Amino acid sequence: MVIGARENILEILTEVKDPELPMIDIVELGIVRDVALDGDQLRVDVTPTYSGCPAIQVIEQDIVTTLHAHGFDNVRVNTVLSPAWTTDWLSDATKQKLRDNGIAPPGSVAETGGIAELVSLRRARASVECPFCGSSNTQEKSEFGSTACKAIHYCDSCHQPFDHFKSF
Amino acid sequence: MNLFEYLLRLGDDRLVLGHRLSEWCGHGPILEEDIALANIALDLIGQATLYLKLAGETEGKGRTADELVYFRDAIDYRNLQIVELPNGDYAFTIVRQFLFDVFSYHLLEQLQKSANTEIGGISAKAFKEVRYHVRHSSEWVLRMGDGTEESHTRAQKAVNDLWRFTAEMFESDEVDREMAAAGIGADVEAIRPKWEAVVKDVLGRATLTIPNDPPAMTGGRRGRHTEHLSRMLAEMQVVARTHPGAQW
Repeated sequence: MVIGARENILEILTEVKDPELPMIDIVELGIVRDVALDGDQLRVDVTPTYSGCPAIQVIEQDIVTTLHAHGFDNVRVNTVLSPAWTTDWLSDATKQKLRDNGIAPPGSVAETGGIAELVSLRRARASVECPFCGSSNTQEKSEFGSTACKAIHYCDSCHQPFDHFKSF
Repeated sequence: MNLFEYLLRLGDDRLVLGHRLSEWCGHGPILEEDIALANIALDLIGQATLYLKLAGETEGKGRTADELVYFRDAIDYRNLQIVELPNGDYAFTIVRQFLFDVFSYHLLEQLQKSANTEIGGISAKAFKEVRYHVRHSSEWVLRMGDGTEESHTRAQKAVNDLWRFTAEMFESDEVDREMAAAGIGADVEAIRPKWEAVVKDVLGRATLTIPNDPPAMTGGRRGRHTEHLSRMLAEMQVVARTHPGAQW
């Protein structure tokens, strides 16, 4: 691959958005792990976010369609599983985009405790800042929301329900 | 072929339980729980897809994950019996989920370090998902067990009915032993005391009691299932078998 080609392809791939988070592209989401030429075939390595995320199939089709449109006829999307995707790969700019769209961004994935910590009703629940009014007076309604990556929260200050992009 | 067999076990447990949970979609007791169970079902079916895809590649006969799922009969399924039981009421579904989640947590904790890097990769991701699952199911066990008389009675009945199906999780045969010795699989016998400690702690706090050693139900790993699995598969497989190769 000629020098700079890798960056060009990554730039093209920023045109592909996550269908469930259309304000975010797949490069900043961290699911494009690498691009490389295997002979005359362009290989795009992607890693799924959650095991069952249904968006990944749409994303794979969009990668091929977008690269075709830019003249890359021979494209292969390759799934890589290690290292496992983490929300720590989201940049501050990307987190701000989530916030601007009413989704509270993930905190950093804290060093995870053992199972004893998980099975307690009295666990410390991190206060998630409301993306609308900035209040920390919010509560978690459910750790499972509209997509695999989001939890449901409610702001007691502005009385607005909102999504939280879970730390993962 | 023991690796193929081992991957079927990992995949089938998650596929069958994921399908059972998906049956709650649209029927959950409250909206948040409906959404939660659908999410957990999606995670489990996603995990199953990854393990079964790898199983098909390991077997080397060109079978895809879909082919393994839709064109095997009950006798060729390798899941634990506990995951195939009908959902019952919400207490039964949640107590079953809790018992399985704690098992799965410890299993995946080991498997993410598997000498087989593909199993390691799938399991590392699945482990992160199961952390959320075990928190969800354990919180509901605590609320229901230590809740109202009605919720306590139902949760206790679920524990009583399910307990005899738990021993099967910790059985190990030649396949398990070979995979564990090779550093590929987990040592399920070593998981047992950890599982018991967590389960006894949570059930105790939930004011639920464990029944005295009922006879264990077992055989799923060898294709011996309850009558419920074939009925579940009949519904799950009917479209794929009526229209083989259909695309939509």
